[in-house]
Amino acid sequence: MKKDELLAPGHRTCAGCGPAIAIRMLLRATGPNTVICNATGCIEVTTTQYPTTSWKIPWIHVLFENAASVASGIREALDMQGKSDVNVIALGGDGGMMDIGFRAISGLWERGHNVLVITYDNESYANTGVQRSGGTPWHASTSTTPSGSASKGKDQWKKDMPAIAAAHHIPYVATASIAQPFDLDKKVKKALSIKGPKYIHIHCPCTIGWRFDESKTIEIAKLALDTKMCALYEIENHKKTLTYKPKGTPVKEYLKAQARFRHLTDEDIEEYQKRIDEVWARDFE
Amino acid sequence: MTKTVMEGSLATAKAAALCEPDMVVAYPITPQTHIVENLGKLIAQGKLKSKHIEVDSEFSALSACVGGSAAGSRVFTATASQGLALMNEVLFAASGMRLPIVMVVANRALSAPINIWNDWQDSISARDSGWIQLYCETVQEIVDTIIQAYKIAEDKNILLPVMVCMDGFFLTHVVEVLDMPKSVSKYLKKYKPPYAILDPKKPQTQGPFAFPKPYAELRKDLSDAMDASAATIKKCHDDYAKLFNRTYGNGLIEEYRTKNKKTIIITMGSLAGNVKEVVDKRDDTGLLRIKCFRPFPKKDIMNALKGKETVIILEKNISLGTSCGALFDEIRSIHCNIEDTPKILDYIVGIGGMDCRTDDIENIINQSKTKKDGHIEWLMEK
Ligand SMILES: Cc1ncc(C[n+]2csc(CCOP(=O)(O)OP(=O)(O)O)c2C)c(N)n1
Repeated sequence: MKKDELLAPGHRTCAGCGPAIAIRMLLRATGPNTVICNATGCIEVTTTQYPTTSWKIPWIHVLFENAASVASGIREALDMQGKSDVNVIALGGDGGMMDIGFRAISGLWERGHNVLVITYDNESYANTGVQRSGGTPWHASTSTTPSGSASKGKDQWKKDMPAIAAAHHIPYVATASIAQPFDLDKKVKKALSIKGPKYIHIHCPCTIGWRFDESKTIEIAKLALDTKMCALYEIENHKKTLTYKPKGTPVKEYLKAQARFRHLTDEDIEEYQKRIDEVWARDFE
Repeated sequence: MTKTVMEGSLATAKAAALCEPDMVVAYPITPQTHIVENLGKLIAQGKLKSKHIEVDSEFSALSACVGGSAAGSRVFTATASQGLALMNEVLFAASGMRLPIVMVVANRALSAPINIWNDWQDSISARDSGWIQLYCETVQEIVDTIIQAYKIAEDKNILLPVMVCMDGFFLTHVVEVLDMPKSVSKYLKKYKPPYAILDPKKPQTQGPFAFPKPYAELRKDLSDAMDASAATIKKCHDDYAKLFNRTYGNGLIEEYRTKNKKTIIITMGSLAGNVKEVVDKRDDTGLLRIKCFRPFPKKDIMNALKGKETVIILEKNISLGTSCGALFDEIRSIHCNIEDTPKILDYIVGIGGMDCRTDDIENIINQSKTKKDGHIEWLMEK
């Protein structure tokens, strides 16, 4: 892994920010010959306070829901200028990519632009105060789905964005986690070596939103993998391949480690485990 | 130059093609469709070497234009009505990022109820978005204005996006005899972005986050550039006239038979054609056509209205909650500076494609003596 940092220090992400770690890992994999098109969200807001910037590579932000469309324009412009060697990446949080910006991404995939789309998934609209998103997991308490005597947090299961990406029959889809930096590095490099649209979904714990101590970011990310809350895999040629074998740690350990699940009773957790096992069996067995 | 006969949309497409945009990005909506279909055809036939991106929405169309322009390419798009409304958020980003995008708006009414015919509600509603807005009377003017629009937009001291507005159906679907320039290379050079680029050799951050003070400073810069663009629009118009021998007033406004006339009709777009026909037969009334609605040419209008007694505004939009159209309030805001303040009347006409015929205009002029200053009226079909 290259040591050059393309994200300069001094930005304003929270201590222990999972997305910030993901971006550093991402940039080490992409190298400097890359344009990033960033949706509105934590990473955008914390790294580009005018007139300063943390980005040592070309970077652009336009709006919350159009990163993929802007990236489409950049890609075609660069190709017209004979700069097809430059990587173009559309980057955003789970809100910007899975919810409000989804149409733009689907359009990009369908049109087949040579762009890598990346969601850094911190499982909420963190920038605006941790509201529920399509990426928020079942029963997580957020500021718009608070737990209470009449609520167990978010009612719905997490949206399966990588599966939706795969349904566009694009050449490369992968999930990654900041707990597996070498795997992440490999996947980004592989994606960039393939011409056409591709998608990488990076799981990134958020200390403020998930409510755990800022020293535990990587630990939580690891727990997500081992409890099967987050699966690491690649989808190529319609074939899904697991790239990390989870230990099968009870989901209870993951849930108990974060205050966003604090309200869950033992029965709730049992139910949770059941659903996790069902989903895993459906997707990977 | 030899005259040709052409549908407005085809002429629009050909004019855009003459400017050799690197990218054409659009989403179909009536009455804009023929424009993008024709551009698609020119690209498919290899006559235009542009990348055609058929996006998922107008929102994405303008977003991709922003990306392309920020990466240093010349881009073209066209839309109308709901499409322009859907772009609204991107409009502000494009001007704020100072990207010289040119967009044709085939003016059409806004829902609800849904209606495909012409009025100006779509682009008038985008008047505060930081786009230069030029309204054209004829297809010939559309052709000439698109070419000028790139020159204006790409001026190093301006760098603003431009909307070229053409009345839906009245201009998009009309067949007109016109001059189509063979080449514009003497007038319009290849676009070289003076600042914005996305080049790994020269990394740059575009579209950052700004706290109040720098934000306000950048917005003030934007406002100043908008004001400064009036002189650039005039100059680009004059330079074009030298090469192609066609003028449209001074590029901002056109005064038509206004000399020694006590009554002035103010309007924009193709409706000016009807007004000219009426004015040609009268010795009491002249026409002031506003071509440039943004920046609003206050001084030019003020001078044009000096010594006039009655001003009749014909406008195809309504600023809901003010009872009047946008032009009325804007003209009134400057008329306190005019000596011998004229009487100003506002007629809301042509809403959702309703007719505003020459006899309607005659009637309005004839009745104007009996109307008081500030009179507002909707012209309804019988
Ligand atoms: C059209 C629009 N709606 C809402 C917002 C407010 N907003 C800004 S960032 C954001 C949340 C971003 O969430 P996500 O994409 O998950 O990224 P994160 O903040 O978690 O990094 C919201 C709702 C906006 N900027 N634009």
